[in-house]
Amino acid sequence: MTDESLARSSRGDTIFKWSLMAAACTIPALLLALLYELTQGAWPAARAFGTEFLFSSTWDPVAGVFGAWPAIVGTLLTSFLALAMAVPLALGVAIYLTEFAPVPIRRPIATVIELLAAIPSVVYGLWGIFVLIPFLQTSVFPFLQQHLGFLPFFSGPIYGPSVLAAALILTIMIVPFIMSVSREVLLAVPSAQREAAVALGATRWEAVSTAIVPFAKSGLIGAVILGLGRALGETMAVTMVIGNRHDVSASLFAPGYSLAAVIANEFADAAGGPIHESALIYMALLLFGVTVLVNAVARLLIWRVSRGRGGV
Amino acid sequence: MIPARALRRGKSRLMVVLMAIAVVVAVLPLFLILGSLIVRGASSLSLSFFLSRPAPAGEVGGGVAHAISGTLMIVGMAAAAGIPIGVAAGLYASEFRETRLATITRFVADVLNGTPSIVVGILAWTWVVATQRHFSALAGSFALAVLMVPMVMRTTEELVRLVPDSLREAALALGYTRWRTTLVVVLRTALPGIVTGSLLAVARIAGETAPLLFTALGSEYFSFDPDRPMAALPLVVYKYATGPYPEWHKLAWTASLVLILVVLALSIAARIATRQRFERS
Repeated sequence: MTDESLARSSRGDTIFKWSLMAAACTIPALLLALLYELTQGAWPAARAFGTEFLFSSTWDPVAGVFGAWPAIVGTLLTSFLALAMAVPLALGVAIYLTEFAPVPIRRPIATVIELLAAIPSVVYGLWGIFVLIPFLQTSVFPFLQQHLGFLPFFSGPIYGPSVLAAALILTIMIVPFIMSVSREVLLAVPSAQREAAVALGATRWEAVSTAIVPFAKSGLIGAVILGLGRALGETMAVTMVIGNRHDVSASLFAPGYSLAAVIANEFADAAGGPIHESALIYMALLLFGVTVLVNAVARLLIWRVSRGRGGV
Repeated sequence: MIPARALRRGKSRLMVVLMAIAVVVAVLPLFLILGSLIVRGASSLSLSFFLSRPAPAGEVGGGVAHAISGTLMIVGMAAAAGIPIGVAAGLYASEFRETRLATITRFVADVLNGTPSIVVGILAWTWVVATQRHFSALAGSFALAVLMVPMVMRTTEELVRLVPDSLREAALALGYTRWRTTLVVVLRTALPGIVTGSLLAVARIAGETAPLLFTALGSEYFSFDPDRPMAALPLVVYKYATGPYPEWHKLAWTASLVLILVVLALSIAARIATRQRFERS
């Protein structure tokens, strides 16, 4: 090769490297842009209402007074309820599929469950409105009220669209996520872990509970937190079944609201003008901040296991 | 001694049974949802459903052709912008994997993949809708493209990593420059995988509703003008499902069935593309 062509090729390499680098930079840039624009947009509301915004239940677009308390409570309540129901289910499936199921059916079952994650959120919402809610309203809610009605969560009038309906839809939606991430984490556990436990006389379940799960612990916690992040930010399905009421009620049968649902319902025509818009962007900022934090923690935990450093 | 052992065995067996039940419970919703979609949606499937606009509110008939063309256009524009950027970013993260930028990009992409899509909708609203002072399909495509970039980047990166270093070394030893090695040897080897990743990303954003609510907005008419509001299948499902008319509810079920068939077809096509790749290698 002549000197000239060498120089030309290295120039090509430089251009190539820089253009790939520019593409890679768009990703961190998007994160910063989101943070900046949301903070900028939320600023008027943050200045007008301060921390009162977080704890007030008033939502009055006409008077221009906004408080996110009911939506914050609704978001946390539905997400944690969903997590409580989804985690045992998803971890059970993940452990079964990596340790116990007959080998030929492992992948097909995992694939079928992962297809659940491919269903658009709006379709879950449609199914929730016309199938799940009527079923809950006629059979499950009355049953719960009859037997557990002495608890405040299961008392009061039965509405169809409700916090509990939203939590159930969320459960169905996050099981596939938690399942598929935990499954990958469990597959990354070295088989020496398992073999050692069995060689010491452990039953198959004891091998799982004493040797495999503890090794994979931080990754499994990561998978669960990832599921929490999904639940917190889930928008359409929750909007369609939660009942959309700016109110906090002790009863899970009562309608409620979530941060994402408020934004979905009110942002397109924010009747209360710029301050209404700003209050909604403030909510989006809260949602963004929490989900970024939750996802960052989850990813760090999962990376720890997949790099082979088990969290014991 | 023996009872203790039997107890342990019994416990092990009980846990296995419980987990098998968990599998059944977890799989059940998929069949329930697909079942309802077929039962309630298939009856209204007709030619006019695919070829005509909605009938006036409350009247029988009509279709969602405007939303099908809208979804194709919005998703098409998003893919045209999002896939190349995502693939390039993924190439960077795998070919220069030790750099600090690669690590940061990888981590931030994972975080962005978990960000609620409605938040991205707000960004599109701020940058496109608020500055132009009107809703537009372009704003919707922008939001979807933003969602696609980190998804495509991560799958590209993971699949390009699988290309053995010996291939890169062979190309470089033959006097190929770095960029030709990456584009001609590495990218071509990983191409089926990248196609898979892109198809999966398209399948995911085709069903996105939240970021379109205040960007593309939706419309009752045919429109091919990216600068104006446009209908999309998920928006139609949302509007008709939450509306008051039984006729709308029927259309919502049928539109959902069409949407889910498109999404599942893309997901399955993606899986087949990867399988072929593994068989070849």
